[in-house]
Amino acid sequence: MHGSPNHNPVSTIATEPAIIRGSLIALALTFLTLFLFVPLVAVFYEALRKGVAVYTAAITDPYALDAIRLTLLSTAFAVPLNMLFGIAAAWAIAKFEFYGKSVLITLIDLPFAVSPVIAGLIYVLLFGAQGWLGPWLTEHDIKIIFAVPGIVLATVFVTVPFIARELIPLMQAQGIEEEEAALVLGASGWLTFWRITLPNIKWGLLYGVVLCTARAMGEFGAVSVVSGHIRGLTNTLPLHVEILYNEYQFAAAFACASLLTLLALVMLALKTLIERQTARQRQIPASEETP
Amino acid sequence: MTLRFRQPGVLPGFGLTLGFTLGYLGLLVLIPLAIAFLRVFQLSWDEFWQIVTAPRVVASYRLTFGAAFLAALVNSGFGLIVAWVLARYRFPGKRLVDALVDLPFALPTAVAGITLTMLYSGNGWIGQYLKSLGIKVAFTPLGVIVALVFISLPFVVRTVQPVLEDLEAEVEEAAASLGANRWQTFRRIIFPAIRPALLTGFTLAFARAIGEYGSVIFIAGNLPMVSEITPLLIVSKLEQYDYSGATAVAVVMLVISFVLLLLINLLQRWSRTRQV
Amino acid sequence: MSIDIQGLYKRFGDFVALDNIDLTIPAGQLVALLGPSGCGKTTLLRIIAGLETADRGQVLFDGVDASRRHVRERGVGFVFQHYALFQHMSVFENVAFGLRVRPRAVRPSASQIQAKVKTLLELVQLGWLADRYPHQLSGGQRQRIALARALAVEPQVLLLDEPFGALDTKVRKELRRWLRRLHDELHITSVFVTHDQEEALEVADRIVVMNRGRIEQIGSPEDVYDAPATPFVYQFLGHINLFHSRVHAGWARVGGLRVQVPEYDDTENAPALVYVRPHDIDLLREPEDGDTTLPATVSRVSALGSVVRLELIQSPGGEIAEVEMTREHYAVDPLRAGDMVFVKPRQMRVFLHDDPKIEPLVHWNGDGDGI
Repeated sequence: MHGSPNHNPVSTIATEPAIIRGSLIALALTFLTLFLFVPLVAVFYEALRKGVAVYTAAITDPYALDAIRLTLLSTAFAVPLNMLFGIAAAWAIAKFEFYGKSVLITLIDLPFAVSPVIAGLIYVLLFGAQGWLGPWLTEHDIKIIFAVPGIVLATVFVTVPFIARELIPLMQAQGIEEEEAALVLGASGWLTFWRITLPNIKWGLLYGVVLCTARAMGEFGAVSVVSGHIRGLTNTLPLHVEILYNEYQFAAAFACASLLTLLALVMLALKTLIERQTARQRQIPASEETP
Repeated sequence: MTLRFRQPGVLPGFGLTLGFTLGYLGLLVLIPLAIAFLRVFQLSWDEFWQIVTAPRVVASYRLTFGAAFLAALVNSGFGLIVAWVLARYRFPGKRLVDALVDLPFALPTAVAGITLTMLYSGNGWIGQYLKSLGIKVAFTPLGVIVALVFISLPFVVRTVQPVLEDLEAEVEEAAASLGANRWQTFRRIIFPAIRPALLTGFTLAFARAIGEYGSVIFIAGNLPMVSEITPLLIVSKLEQYDYSGATAVAVVMLVISFVLLLLINLLQRWSRTRQV
Repeated sequence: MSIDIQGLYKRFGDFVALDNIDLTIPAGQLVALLGPSGCGKTTLLRIIAGLETADRGQVLFDGVDASRRHVRERGVGFVFQHYALFQHMSVFENVAFGLRVRPRAVRPSASQIQAKVKTLLELVQLGWLADRYPHQLSGGQRQRIALARALAVEPQVLLLDEPFGALDTKVRKELRRWLRRLHDELHITSVFVTHDQEEALEVADRIVVMNRGRIEQIGSPEDVYDAPATPFVYQFLGHINLFHSRVHAGWARVGGLRVQVPEYDDTENAPALVYVRPHDIDLLREPEDGDTTLPATVSRVSALGSVVRLELIQSPGGEIAEVEMTREHYAVDPLRAGDMVFVKPRQMRVFLHDDPKIEPLVHWNGDGDGI
């Protein structure tokens, strides 16, 4: 996890003259302003430019509501599934030794290295009408590509590593002594997991869930390939933004975009809170009294 | 410390969790990816070669990899400065800035795409000033770079910042006591310590930028041979039901991405052995 | 409860951690497993607990094979080296955990748990910390809470893995005396792992000295210290002086010194090593008759509290030997650096070079606790 507060007191010797410090801060802030802050403000400005009425109309439009629903649905699949996966993978990797472990860790990262477009493509190749399972699926009247299951699948794919990546190093650092202690005291495996492991990893888990949620709600490329852009049916909120934008309905596009931006900001706030929480826990000093 | 090894032992759930992990990864990720590779074997080598070296495809590689490289480079420079400023200096609003650096991770790429396009187009907030300087950003390769800088901005900052925070002030003080000035201390003491993290951040940013689709398609203008990125080319081949063509190009990208992933892993292992 | 260990063998990859261990621990004793890192002592302890399984061999509790019994059902208390307290639970909840996870039928009532935990916290003298969290405690306090937690399930056997290893010297000394007193009160069969000879000598009823997956010696602290069975034990416990020697027909010779070694009556002209403790040496001003002394020069005198340590050189640039004597003894005839003396060992052990028990040897001044 990033962004722990500066705990490195830099003395007067080991720092730069005020002029250099000032210029570096100015340079950094200019860069961030151009690439981050201005776009952030612009989203809301554009969304509200035509007035609140246009804004509300845009986000309460039935198609927009359908898109929100689908986005929430695919997130509701992706997050719990990848949470389960993350916990299972971290348990196996952190608590046991086995051959091929580092290969497995690399494989978990694989979806990060694959372009979202390709993530969509491989599902089209698998489940599409021309795909390997295409004929069988048509025969049984199962629709995956250009339908909701495809969107869910694509969303799950791109978010596979998020929670596992947070939990693996955390659980590796925690070791197995507490679990062993619980077993020696007579606790069962499940009980040990629920009462000992889960409380120990809860912040890391929550952190991963936040990252996973943010990505799942915002995924565009992969979902775009498998969606077919059927309004009211296979349109997620980011895809809806694209359609509106391409139809030159800029105010509506930015209105929906501002919803997504708000969600992103909420996720960032949660993420920052969790970071503060874990940083504080780390910093609580142990009292050093002799017994 | 007594020598001890961990083996599948007294803790339960090894078979269950490893089985689930492998099954999940296999069904969701590995098998679909393998099928993409198998699909390519339906093409003859000549056909494959023709598809992946067609002028329009080669132009898209050049743009995708070139723009991704430049974006990663820009972010290495500015990312280092941002990380430095956040790790070392105090200024008003620092905590907010620190939190907002991760915005590109959280913001849907489509939102980034339309916003950047709007800002950098000829009559946009930023574009109008650049226009008077004779610089056109939106709907040019430069626009692609701008979008990629945005989406890969956090990587370098977030890999370098913790390393800078963990550096011992003592080491710098020692360097100063030995007569080194600030620049010498940076160049000879601090920079070597953060170099692995910087490289890792660069590679992560590069890898992410190569695959990016959502933010780029809005700002790029998507002119074949000029501002068309490879992921878009794959999509347009798909839309024309040219599955083999799409897959062939995708496989080329996948191979390159895997090599990069391998590189990232090696880099991270390398930096770990150097830092501990 | 007595523990019987029979033919225990354990390998990790190519590394043999335990090589056919046989050991009996009588009920009610406090036993130390002593040895250097990697000697297998922790593995042995973990196998007794059921945290690790042996490749071969058995662990019997009161004569009943417990090898197949899961760690949950072994009824052992285990105290981990780094305490392994549950970080998110208060001290009270930590100690209560073992009682709370019992099946409903045998679980004590809430008030019984309350009373029991309170008693245990009183026992470890930390009743006032019940509502604190582990990270708010000092190392010594954590270790005592870990012990209270292990005792809560009323174990028949108490196992402690380097219980004081992570503590500083002062706290460690206090805690081990406390542990000894506690054991005298409770009489639970206890096994603790340590690499600290002083700890083992001070606390344990019996010491099991281990090296490279084997047991070198089992005995009371006096036995292992005064009559080490092997060169390893000699080296590992206390300081030693080591001399190269030759053994011929029942006599060992070190320079001009001759010692009778009846056990080697049949040995002919074999290289050997002679082990002498620094406090088993007399220093004389004049040589004695009959090849019982070695000439040497005092090179350094240092007073270390109650003892005085002298470094001797046999010949210029030669081997250094160490001698320790009480301050009073030294005061009778204070030697100074540069004085010529005659070394007379009161007690020594001779091991032949080709004795399989001899380790490929290390230093001249074998420094036991540095390993």
